[in-house]
Amino acid sequence: MNPDQIRAQVLEALSDVAPEADPSSLEGDVPFRDQLDIDSMDFLNFLIGVNQRVGVEIPEADYPKLETLDDLVGCLVAARAG
Amino acid sequence: MTGEFRMPSLGADMDEGKLVEWLVEPGDRVARGDLVAVVETSKAAVEVEVWEEGVVAELCVAPGTTVPVGTVLARLEPAGSEAAAGALAGEEPGVAAPPAARGEGPLASARPPAAGPAAAPSAPSEPAPSARAAAAAPREAAPPRPASAVAPPPAAQAPPSGVTGSEAPAEVAPAAPPAATAPSTSEVEAPAGPGRVRASPYARRRARELGVDLAGVRGTGSHGAIRAQDVEAAAPPPSPAAAAEARREAMREGMARAMARSKREIPHYYLGTQVDLGATLEWLEARNAERPLAERILPAALLLKAVAAAAAEVPEVNGFYRDGRFEPSDAVHLGVGISVRGGGLVAPALIDAGTKPLDALMADLRDLVARARKGSLRGREMSAPTLTVTNLGDQGVRAVFGVIYPPQVALVGVGKVEDRPWVVDGAVVVRPVVDLSLAADHRASDGHRGGRYLAAVAKKLQRPESL
Repeated sequence: MNPDQIRAQVLEALSDVAPEADPSSLEGDVPFRDQLDIDSMDFLNFLIGVNQRVGVEIPEADYPKLETLDDLVGCLVAARAG
Repeated sequence: MTGEFRMPSLGADMDEGKLVEWLVEPGDRVARGDLVAVVETSKAAVEVEVWEEGVVAELCVAPGTTVPVGTVLARLEPAGSEAAAGALAGEEPGVAAPPAARGEGPLASARPPAAGPAAAPSAPSEPAPSARAAAAAPREAAPPRPASAVAPPPAAQAPPSGVTGSEAPAEVAPAAPPAATAPSTSEVEAPAGPGRVRASPYARRRARELGVDLAGVRGTGSHGAIRAQDVEAAAPPPSPAAAAEARREAMREGMARAMARSKREIPHYYLGTQVDLGATLEWLEARNAERPLAERILPAALLLKAVAAAAAEVPEVNGFYRDGRFEPSDAVHLGVGISVRGGGLVAPALIDAGTKPLDALMADLRDLVARARKGSLRGREMSAPTLTVTNLGDQGVRAVFGVIYPPQVALVGVGKVEDRPWVVDGAVVVRPVVDLSLAADHRASDGHRGGRYLAAVAKKLQRPESL
């Protein structure tokens, strides 16, 4: 999967927890929670969805580093490359 | 009364409910806890359970009918009785034509269409006893109940799932192979007088509701009779947005009634405390580090467990105030405030939250949230909460001063967990701290007892491993 595909998968997983969100209008460098109405349960389900699609398990300790779409995609790309 | 299944009260403000769909039919054997019907209230469409064993003898209320709480919806015969055996064989006399006052055939859409071409689907209308006997007998030999094997059709559910009326017929078709191939003479339908379109009473009602002209509808019942699902297929689908908005409106009205009643009747008092969550979060972090995503536990689940477990120590916050007195509850069924996407709030119960193991509680919480947002909560979950928690920490709220859901007697509020200055052993340190509040009914408890309750919650959170 290249970074664009990963990004697309992440956006799909996001739509699962926040169906009313418009993925194309999401700003990559602004925290998810500032743009969407998602709580901690949604965020957990989102990461589970990302894991199912992209195959990367994100340790809980890394959560604070993943507040924006760009950060998350970057982390996933690095994890898959390494 | 035994033998009667009545419209349940699914919430403090519920006076009436709409029976949307039957999940069983006469002749079905039911056990305690079986889902038997889908009922719609102003807040949600809910699958309702029966609490008796027996055999369904008669369905007294037709789908689509709104009745007051307490109305008899169905009659059951105790399993093993002669009458039950009669119901199974289709000879039960009580199953004959329903009282005219009810207006519609009781079996309206309860019987699903048999899928094969040879099987004549039962067009809903006033059944004749002989027709019922003929229809019931062949069914006994074949696997029964396709209806109960199918999840309640989305058409009956909250539209957040985005289903429109035109999808309903496909969902109602049973997954099981056609069972009864009742001879077509047994199919009963509204007598077709000259110039009158053949259609079941329920189909006519749906046509009125949806503004559909029956003349333009193709019927799929026997002899071309029009059935309710034909009408629904012909109707212009309500836009998912309009249907969703209608549901939200109903939910807001339900909430408004409950909250107004609460403030009118319950003398609220409020207490707040701050709790150091350092021990809890540390313990959780260590535990989650060893677990895959799907098995991780959220801090919210630990908070819920502590709130529920502490209620065992101060029973005055857990139970119902009804008929002028407080009835404490032995079990703690914790209502959890869950926001519904697009607006609206429900607070269904996590059953036995105080004694359930933490893993199970977390799994149940995830399932409850998912179903609350999809609109498929169960009757018991709506009526069971003995104490409710509203956790608004994710919204950035520091402290919550809530409104109790009658007939409960308390509401626990949880705010945002934040690093704050804290004093430990005479030195100022940084700790993750949360504001915990209690709104309580002064008829059931007083500030002293309320204070002891909050202290008990705080204490449990200092020893998360014991939760």
